[in-house]
Amino acid sequence: MNEPVFHVGQRVRIADRTPPVHHRVPSYAKGQVGVIERVCGLHGEPEKFIRGDGKPPQRIYRVRIPQPELWTSYEGTEGDKLEIEIFEHWLEAAE
Amino acid sequence: MTDHDHDHSRTFQPDHAEPTSDGARIGLALRELLIEAGHYTAGEEQSVIEAMQGASPENGGRIVAKAWNDAEYKERLLANGAEAIKELGYELEPYEFTVMENTADTHNVIVCTLCSCYPRALLGMSPAWYKSSSYRARVVREPRSVLAEFGVELSDDVSVRVHDSTAELRYMVLPQRPAGTDDWSEAQLAKLVTRNSLVGTERDLKIA
Repeated sequence: MNEPVFHVGQRVRIADRTPPVHHRVPSYAKGQVGVIERVCGLHGEPEKFIRGDGKPPQRIYRVRIPQPELWTSYEGTEGDKLEIEIFEHWLEAAE
Repeated sequence: MTDHDHDHSRTFQPDHAEPTSDGARIGLALRELLIEAGHYTAGEEQSVIEAMQGASPENGGRIVAKAWNDAEYKERLLANGAEAIKELGYELEPYEFTVMENTADTHNVIVCTLCSCYPRALLGMSPAWYKSSSYRARVVREPRSVLAEFGVELSDDVSVRVHDSTAELRYMVLPQRPAGTDDWSEAQLAKLVTRNSLVGTERDLKIA
C-alpha cells in the first residue's frame, strides 16, 4: 500500500500554487527547495476536507530548508534550518 | 432569549453561561445534532473535556525526566514520540508526536505559522504569545532575535532549528539536562522542566 515516493535526504521542491480552498502550505515555503528530513505517516488531504473526508490520505514528509536560502538578509548562521511538514502532492524531485 | 424545550445539560458544560452570540448558538446546535445523530455521546464529550483540562506542562516534564534517566527510552521517544509516550499513559492520536532534542550545538524552537497547532491534549492550553501573530510571523524569519527577547542568547556555534507545525504532527522540545543533577530522581528532574523549555523559548533550565 501507498509506499513513500520520496526518501530521507532527497532534494525536493515545494509547489508554488494557491488552490482556492484551505491548504496547509504557508506562502513563505511555496517554491522553496529543501531536503527530506523524515518520512511521516498518511493523513487526510486538507484540500479534500471541504467536500468529504480528505480521502485518499496523503503521505506527509518533513522538509528541511536552510534558513539563509529562505529569507533575504537572514540574520543567523549558515547552519540554521527551518523544518516544515509538507504533503506528498505538494512535492516534486529537485536537482 | 428563546425558550428551549430540550435539555442543554446533556451536551453542555454546566459551568458555561447560556450562549448569547449567534456563533455560539450555532456551535451549541451543531453539538446537539452530532450527539442526537449518534456521532458521539455526551459522556464521551465530557471525558475529552476533562482530559484536556487535566493536561499540563507537568506531563512534558515527566516525559523529559524519563528520557534523561533512561537512554533507551530517549531513543524510542526521538524515533517515535507517539508510541513512546503511550508507555507513560499519554496519547495524542490522531496526531504524530515528534520530539526534537536540544544539544550543545543545536537549539530547537516550535511554531505553527498557519494557526496555533500545539500538543494541547498533552501539555494543556498554549501560552498567549504562542498564538500571537507576532511570534508566528517572526520566529521563522528571525528566530535568534525572538529567542533573545525570551532571554535565550545563542552564540554562533549553536544552530537553530525552527519547526513549523503545519499539518498533522505535534512537537515538543527535549531540553538539555542541567549539569549537577546526576543523582537526582525522575520526580526531582521533572520539576525542573518549564513550559517554555518544551516549546524552545527557554534553553538553560535552572536548578533552584
